Amino acid sequence: MIAAAERRVLAGRHFMNGDTACAEGALAAGCRFFAGYPITPSTEIAERLAERLPRLGGCFVQMEDELGSMAAILGASWAGAKAMTATSGPGFTLMMENFGLGLMTETPCVIVNVQRGGPSTGLPTLVGQADVMQAKWGSHGDYEPIAYAPASPQEMFDLLIAAFNAAERYRMPVLVMADEVVGHMTEGVTIPPAEELHLVGRKRPPAGANGWLPYAADGDLVPPMPLAGEGHHIHVTGLTHDERGYPATDAVVQDQLVRRISQKVQVHAAEIISLEELLTHDAETIVVSYGCTARSARQAVLAARERGVKAGLLRLITLWPFPGERMRELADGSRRFVVAEMNLGQMAREVERHTRAPAVWVTHAGGAMIPPTAILRAIMEAAT
Amino acid sequence: MSGEIYVQAHPVDHLVRADRLPHIWCPGCGLGSATACFASAMVDSGLPLDKQVVVSGIGCTGRVAGYLNVDSFHTTHGRAIPFAIGLKLANPELQVTVFSGDGDMFAIGGNHFLHAARRNVDLNVVCINNFNYGMTGGQFGPTTPLGARTTTTPHGNAEPPFNLVHVASSLGAVFVARWTVLHIRQLHRSMLRALDKRGFRFIEVLAPCPVGFGKSNDIGEGLDEMWFYRRQCVIDPETDLAQATIEMKHDSRIVLGDFVDIERPVFRPSGWEE
Ligand SMILES: Cc1ncc(C[n+]2csc(CCOP(=O)(O)OP(=O)(O)O)c2C)c(N)n1
Ligand code: SF4
Ligand SMILES: [Mg+2]
Repeated sequence: MIAAAERRVLAGRHFMNGDTACAEGALAAGCRFFAGYPITPSTEIAERLAERLPRLGGCFVQMEDELGSMAAILGASWAGAKAMTATSGPGFTLMMENFGLGLMTETPCVIVNVQRGGPSTGLPTLVGQADVMQAKWGSHGDYEPIAYAPASPQEMFDLLIAAFNAAERYRMPVLVMADEVVGHMTEGVTIPPAEELHLVGRKRPPAGANGWLPYAADGDLVPPMPLAGEGHHIHVTGLTHDERGYPATDAVVQDQLVRRISQKVQVHAAEIISLEELLTHDAETIVVSYGCTARSARQAVLAARERGVKAGLLRLITLWPFPGERMRELADGSRRFVVAEMNLGQMAREVERHTRAPAVWVTHAGGAMIPPTAILRAIMEAAT
Repeated sequence: MSGEIYVQAHPVDHLVRADRLPHIWCPGCGLGSATACFASAMVDSGLPLDKQVVVSGIGCTGRVAGYLNVDSFHTTHGRAIPFAIGLKLANPELQVTVFSGDGDMFAIGGNHFLHAARRNVDLNVVCINNFNYGMTGGQFGPTTPLGARTTTTPHGNAEPPFNLVHVASSLGAVFVARWTVLHIRQLHRSMLRALDKRGFRFIEVLAPCPVGFGKSNDIGEGLDEMWFYRRQCVIDPETDLAQATIEMKHDSRIVLGDFVDIERPVFRPSGWEE
């Protein structure tokens, strides 16, 4: 199927499964290293990369578990590779400790979670969206994650590029919180030619820099990243560390470091946050949704408009950082909010926290798409 | 020359991050000798220091990476080996050594050891076996001898320990050795042999942890444990590894040696070209 001269970017129009599009997005973004452990519904990502990565000079390795997978992509990143893993809920949980190591050591990489129903083994083959708060708080300690929520195979491609770019730009592990429906559905995917892709590489230290401090951040709060084998003799530790990278058991250093790794995301929130707004300008009721559920929400909003109800859609393309500011702008006192998501109200609480008003929750614990009718009913209820 | 004072430098001074001293290790701990020995092996190997990388997990031994003036990674508990696999595969030019403790590598990280050895990943692995979890205050672990007293086995350890060299060799490690920090010249030679080889290489280094193990097990301080090694160790590279268990009793032997040195295809991911 693939010509002898393997193309990194399969430019053109495709009819493609979401997981496959995810793998293609990673390759187009320049991913050179994948480590993972098979788990439904993400396995097709690994299978596609097992096929394609080695032919492009990259490395695919199936590890013994997700603990090892996460550790391996961090190691690969320090050797200079754009690296990623893909998993689902149970594996995502196992990755949490080393996700924290990646945040603390400021190691760029991408983690894709194709969500299924949980807790525990839950619904291996059926959809869920209940890991979105784990994305925010799942690893111990304070941090500010970046997480994307693709709603189509096209976005499985596009947001992988965005995720790799953000990982490299802000020097951190970045999450792609996909879901089983988006991962397994097949739709049109347009892959642009390689030269039209905007790719970002990590900031690098000045050559031969003397007295240079590997963990001293620039004005943008992101330190340039040295690599193993370049002669810098760096020390990298998950312990609280000073600007030399040396362990420091010190409350002042702790507060500075942990604040900075959160603030480097917060100060760039406007650049990072990505939203889609449909008919929100005059909407009296706004549906907030994301991922596969946003597809139903769109139908519900259009159906409400047909019935003369001024509804709008605010689709979260990034879940984290949360678009609190936009939420507060929209919450002018007269507007009502409906939040539709496939969990028991994880983002709904976040919406209420920022709008300072109760929202109508359309929730389900997972297993099947929330139908547009359920969301339409909530819109009509909110409108009366 | 007259009037000038010359300060004698140690040949591996440049491999130690002197700006991190004093180190955290206790008086009588075996880790200093083991680290110094490895540092001189790194230099004597002739491999460019810029390409030598050390990865540790968590524990007292986990701190070794941080004192060595090469690219060094102090990762999470048990995950040094998979982190090292990522480094090595993404940049095959690197000579990657994993330096960690018995608990880190054989309890919480045991599964990674198993699979890395089975795959024959090109890693040099040094395990400091001090028969306990030193860092957390002397609890028992997977190498604690039967009956031994630790803070979590006040009635004596009820679990039989791993025989690490037997484990490693049965998994197909291409180089397997066991030494103590008393046998520093042999250990140095063994480390040089390991650094000169490709594939999964494993050296177990027995080291005193007077605080967590020696004092509560009728061995005593660090120096006493060195005397203990002197009395109880025998060097026998041809020994039957299945029998090479360690009891740490005053009437039991500890067998040392470079036990295994074989060739086996080194791990390359499927479809991969270096
Ligand atoms: C996930 C996790 N669990 C527990 C700990 C606590 N802990 C730190 S070091 C250690 C044991 C280390 O033992 P070993 O590897 O033998 O190293 P030693 O200190 O003896 O050199 C434990 C249990 C931790 N850091 N992380
Ligand atoms: S607790 Fe044991 S292993 Fe840790 S530094 Fe002290 S003597 Fe060494
Ligand atoms: Mg130990």
